[in-house]
Amino acid sequence: MAKELKKTDVVLVGMGWTGGILAAELSKKGYKVVGLERGKNQTLADFQMMHDELRFAHRFEMMQDLSTETVTFRNNLKMRALPMRQYGSFLLGNNVGGAGTHWNGQTFRFLPYDFEIYTKTVERYGKFKIPEEMTLQDWGITYDEFEKYYDQFEKAIGVSGDEAPLGAPRSNPFPTPPMKKTPALELFFEAAKKLNLHPYMMPSANLSENYTNPDNISRPACQYCGFCERFGCEYAAKADPLNTVIPVALNTGNFELRTHANVVEILHQDGKAVGVKYIDTITREEYIQPAEVVGITSYALNNVRLLLISKMGKPYDPNTGTGVVGKNYCYQTFGASAQGFFENKQFNLYAGAGALGACLDDFNGDNFDHSDLNFLHGANISITQTGRRPIANNATPPGTPSWGAEFKKQSIKYANSVLSVGAQGASLPYRHHYLDLDPTYKDAFGLPLLRITFDFEEQDRQLVAYLGEQTEKIMKEMGADIIQAGKTLGPYNIVPYQSTHNTGGAIMGSSPETSVLNNYLQMWDFENVFIPGASAFPHNSGYNPTDTVGALAYRAAEGIDLYLQKGGLLV
Amino acid sequence: MVSRREFLKGAGLAIGGMALGGGIVGTIAANMSSSKETPKGDHHVETTEYNKALMFFTPTEHAVIDAAAERIFPKDENGPGAKELLVSYFIDHQLAGAWGTGSKEYRQGPFYPGEPTQGYQGHLNKQQIFRLGIEALQNEAKKRFNQSFTSLEGSQQDEILQAFEKGEVEIKGVSSSYFFSLLRSATLEGVYADPLYGGNRNMEGWRMKKFPGHQMSFADIIDKDEFVVIEPQSLHSQHHS
Repeated sequence: MAKELKKTDVVLVGMGWTGGILAAELSKKGYKVVGLERGKNQTLADFQMMHDELRFAHRFEMMQDLSTETVTFRNNLKMRALPMRQYGSFLLGNNVGGAGTHWNGQTFRFLPYDFEIYTKTVERYGKFKIPEEMTLQDWGITYDEFEKYYDQFEKAIGVSGDEAPLGAPRSNPFPTPPMKKTPALELFFEAAKKLNLHPYMMPSANLSENYTNPDNISRPACQYCGFCERFGCEYAAKADPLNTVIPVALNTGNFELRTHANVVEILHQDGKAVGVKYIDTITREEYIQPAEVVGITSYALNNVRLLLISKMGKPYDPNTGTGVVGKNYCYQTFGASAQGFFENKQFNLYAGAGALGACLDDFNGDNFDHSDLNFLHGANISITQTGRRPIANNATPPGTPSWGAEFKKQSIKYANSVLSVGAQGASLPYRHHYLDLDPTYKDAFGLPLLRITFDFEEQDRQLVAYLGEQTEKIMKEMGADIIQAGKTLGPYNIVPYQSTHNTGGAIMGSSPETSVLNNYLQMWDFENVFIPGASAFPHNSGYNPTDTVGALAYRAAEGIDLYLQKGGLLV
Repeated sequence: MVSRREFLKGAGLAIGGMALGGGIVGTIAANMSSSKETPKGDHHVETTEYNKALMFFTPTEHAVIDAAAERIFPKDENGPGAKELLVSYFIDHQLAGAWGTGSKEYRQGPFYPGEPTQGYQGHLNKQQIFRLGIEALQNEAKKRFNQSFTSLEGSQQDEILQAFEKGEVEIKGVSSSYFFSLLRSATLEGVYADPLYGGNRNMEGWRMKKFPGHQMSFADIIDKDEFVVIEPQSLHSQHHS
């Protein structure tokens, strides 16, 4: 039998960015908060052997152990979903800090267009512009209403950047100036300007200079060591929950962090959650943690899985388009890119930082006219210098064999002479892209795995073809001697790594008929359950999601505080 | 260059609630000089390479992988190939551990072949796949040239490896192209992983690519126009026990 523990004000399921932010904000206000994390604790002191490409980038040391839990995947309803047995397309986080420890730090705001995408698209192009199967909808909040939460998150982590000419407007300047502009980025700037585009430095959570945040936490400037993605930052220069929000929560004395605590069910009665059930993964003992409010703050995919397992909210049915839990699963559309090989230039490409880059928004959102185009939205186009680690990076000019003498010669010749301009395409929702529970495969505790049904559509192929043209033009202007452009897109394939930007499934909106959450990230059907995170995105923009995830958590913190004071649905 | 400790001191680091200084033991200067780690000259002592022994392969299996890896990453005017970089020992050691047994992979059934978009769906682990793959390389050498794989000319070995790459060789339980892709990626890992894993001997893989390995900071050179060659360091330089 599960052991029932003392009731707390707030229990949080998962201690990554959203759990960390809720823990900090609510414990500062005096609420008692318990944070449950299924992985282990970790601190900066554990990040001393990080510059190990094999262990962290190719053996996935920081990622969730797939032998205990994974997802299943199929491209469409007719296929049999099969488990993701090895890592590929995306990487699931683990341990305190979650996926927030192994990210690149690219910290973009979504566009005002994103928050009202349905309304604004219909206004400009008429409703027949939206394909019949595309379940596009507004977020239930406008950018102007949401801006202050971006500001809060960006100040907490000290984002470095400069004004985005065509990006979202800001009420305050960036907390710190942009990172250093390298010769490779300079080439991109010059080329983009010649093409009358609007380049700017990528907003970065890798600090450009020492910074003290409003909670009085100081962190040092980035050293450009070239180990961000898939690695923890041993300097704390890259913001993560361990070096920003979690210590704030711990310092209040109101926050208890419990590790090796795997939540298996949200318990509820008469339309309200009463607490959560978890298993201590070391002893296998079961516990019940009662709480006034439950924050579901794990990774987007697991948030949805917990709702389905706990039978909360109406599961989405792709055949009728009714129900909400699992709806509007989106991803990110990569594929548009131009790789340029330079004969007589070498760049210091071993050096870099995850968010050291230059980018532009001329072809993002609705910043360009889509009247004659067969797709909506677009992509942020960028060049990044993240550190070209040698196992992963063996680019060779087109036509080179993939092994043997010629491969060795060319991959070494161009090791520091290859640059890439890429486009991070928006991913828009379709009626038949969704999440539900797999009927066959189980995790180590006997619970069903989450099943992903997803593919790329004509929308994505058109986007990649158009954006691929733009990246190629920029690379030509940059003066590369050989260019390999990506302008085509096959079916979605779970094997090659693309991005850990899985979104949707427990989306926010303005009506319980079409969304799981209101704009406080509060469940319509369970007023004391809040679910900030990328699972709340009704679609995914042409940017990295973390800034928006962080901002949603600050919005939810405000909502939970309001709820604990007066109760009821906040919207 | 500043040491890591000086750097952190200089940055005036304070993180609320975290014992930041506690775990940082390094006083590693970001090595921007060109001095090599291995001493040369009169006082140079030859050390035994204890790493050159087998944890998983039989000696015959090892010889086949040693030869095949060399064809994938051969010695040339740039520098050593897989053989001299001890890549076959790297692969052997990797197979003996968690990677070889797939202990962090989802290994529950039922098993179905699946579509290419669904990834590897077999029940065999990498230890088993390498054993089957090596056996198939030997069989193919016998069939085509009536010799063992290791006795063949380089061009004959290439011909067989190409057939594997294209998936033209039948192996029970796994496709030859999948085995080949594992062999290729493991070879590149052995060339370029930190030498602590037993390959990339004396960091020669890194030197060929002018990759400096583990360094504390590139803040001084990140925005420089000229290309800076930095003598590599392994994680060994970070570890003090």
